[in-house]
Amino acid sequence: MAGIGGAETTGKKARWGLVNVVVVVYALFPVLWIVSLSFKSKKAISEGGFFPTEWTLDNYAAIFSTTEFIRPLFNSIGIAIIATLIAVVFGTMAAYAIARLDFPGKQLLVGVSLLIAMFPQVSLVSPLFNIERALGLFDTWPGLILPYITFSLPLAIYTLSAFFKEIPWELEKAAKMDGATPGQAFQKVIAPLAAPGVFTTAILVFIFCWNDFLFAISLTSTETSRTVPAALAFFTGSSQFEDPTGTTSAAAVVITIPIIIFVLFFQRRIVAGLTSGAVKG
Amino acid sequence: MADIVLDKVTKKYPDGALAVQEVNLEIADGEFIILVGPSGCGKSTTLNMLAGLEDITAGELRIGGERVNEKAPKDRDIAMVFQSYALYPHMTVRENMAFPLRLAKIDDKIVDAKVAEASKILDLGQHLDRKPSNLSGGQRQRVAMGRAIVRNPKAFLMDEPLSNLDAKLRVQMRTEVSRLQKNLGTTTVYVTHDQTEAMTLGDRVVVMRGGAVQQVGSPQYLYENPANLFVAGFIGSPAMNFIPATLENGELSTALGTFPLSDKVRRMAERGRRPVREVIMGLRPEHLEDASMVEGANSSRGATFTTQVDVLESMGSDKYAYFSISGKRASSAQLDELAADVGVSDLGAGQTVARISAASRAKEGSSLDVWVDLDKIQLFDPESGKALTYSD
Repeated sequence: MAGIGGAETTGKKARWGLVNVVVVVYALFPVLWIVSLSFKSKKAISEGGFFPTEWTLDNYAAIFSTTEFIRPLFNSIGIAIIATLIAVVFGTMAAYAIARLDFPGKQLLVGVSLLIAMFPQVSLVSPLFNIERALGLFDTWPGLILPYITFSLPLAIYTLSAFFKEIPWELEKAAKMDGATPGQAFQKVIAPLAAPGVFTTAILVFIFCWNDFLFAISLTSTETSRTVPAALAFFTGSSQFEDPTGTTSAAAVVITIPIIIFVLFFQRRIVAGLTSGAVKG
Repeated sequence: MADIVLDKVTKKYPDGALAVQEVNLEIADGEFIILVGPSGCGKSTTLNMLAGLEDITAGELRIGGERVNEKAPKDRDIAMVFQSYALYPHMTVRENMAFPLRLAKIDDKIVDAKVAEASKILDLGQHLDRKPSNLSGGQRQRVAMGRAIVRNPKAFLMDEPLSNLDAKLRVQMRTEVSRLQKNLGTTTVYVTHDQTEAMTLGDRVVVMRGGAVQQVGSPQYLYENPANLFVAGFIGSPAMNFIPATLENGELSTALGTFPLSDKVRRMAERGRRPVREVIMGLRPEHLEDASMVEGANSSRGATFTTQVDVLESMGSDKYAYFSISGKRASSAQLDELAADVGVSDLGAGQTVARISAASRAKEGSSLDVWVDLDKIQLFDPESGKALTYSD
């Protein structure tokens, strides 16, 4: 019984702790299962136990010995990075304008970008397929980069404009008084302060591009531009009758790693309260 | 360094709001001028127009004899200290102070020397490599000052630079700002809503109200010769007492009693073209005294009334005796505006304060004979708010 305040807090903590554990296990268990599968030998895959009875790295060796995986991995990295870069640069500029300026059509711009974000992507696949074939963009890097930018820009603009609104406007005024052109004020004062927001946005956009399956499977046909999520679907065993579970799992683990690295690397930059000390005493 | 001239400078916002109307002001080279007034009086807008952060709707602004209306802030060569300090949080103190110099592409050696010099003046030497977030309020304030002084601008603009500091530090920094300005001799425009800062800092004070300049003059002049009720009520702490009075046969009848006009006051009051009967009498707290404390020679130019002391505050050096006056209170648009700014429903609502000698034996709840210095009585027209006793 939670009779006194102290006991109540301890009880509360325990309950929350339990909930947290359940959520984390629930979220991570499938991932761990994939990891376990990727280390199982062909014989052990059908066993059904969590821990492999026979450990092997064959699955990893197999995927890295074929262009079926390496080329899509290269495509994935290239396409995701380029799309992220462009989306973040344009998103930053647009978000800054939305946060700081009053221009005609501002509400319209915000509205349209929200509309794009909510638009069901699957309904655009067929038109895009036809347009890209007509333009010669089908099965090329730009053919994927363009739709990725389109669908990640609203996300980027929304996240970044929230960050820009947090930056005290007086800093920009101060920079102007200190002799900065508007460009310099943005580059030397505002952009560094918006950095956590930019990194957060970059992570979100990168994950979106990296994970996309719909466009990747619809707008590509060969290894020249097929990304990993699509390539996984084309995995086959060494013979037609062999189940590619092991190699698919290994590939799935491999493509998770860049995301984890990306997040861990930028997490340090996402320090809350970077602007503390700017204003007030 | 340069002089600054505002020639009928007006600011009108797109929505039609008139923030500043036809402000004329000549600020001499090296002068320390204060813009003071309640919030919304247009003082900050005026400062922003000087800075170039806001466009000037009409009129002309000249700095050093040159029209600068169309110039960007960076081309005006003036530095500004913001109320929030606006330090760049991602830069160290050194980088913050060097920022304007770096933008001006000044040689590294000179930058270092100038930052060192400024940090010496402001006693920031040991903090140069710290980030603003690790500094106290007072230190941040000094960094903001440092960033302004490093590049020897033509003028300093300060937008309530001390209002975020605690009371004690504010007094200390006030002296420091004053000393710094004297030493550097740079033209300074300082905005504040605090009349104490205005009184203590400036060579001249500009009192603003509703976007218009009410009066310009040295602090002492404004204190002694307010042009209208607004200035009279705004300058001075505790504020001037306002009592409704009727002017008749050279006598003032008030709820406190009837006072004869001294020759000086009468002469000034009679200069007014229109004979005014109903007036508002203004009395500074220090022109009221415990009658038993007044020396014989002085008592002749004064009058005495008896009242009951409601509250007595001892300040150490002197005492504030509060007493209430029966009858209607002094009412005027300007006084109402002042009251609204202070946050009380009506100013001078019968509460009158006298600043009496510390040696006085006045007691709360008991009656006191109060002596009035008749020479210092000020009279105002309740309609226009103008001072009848104003000697131009």
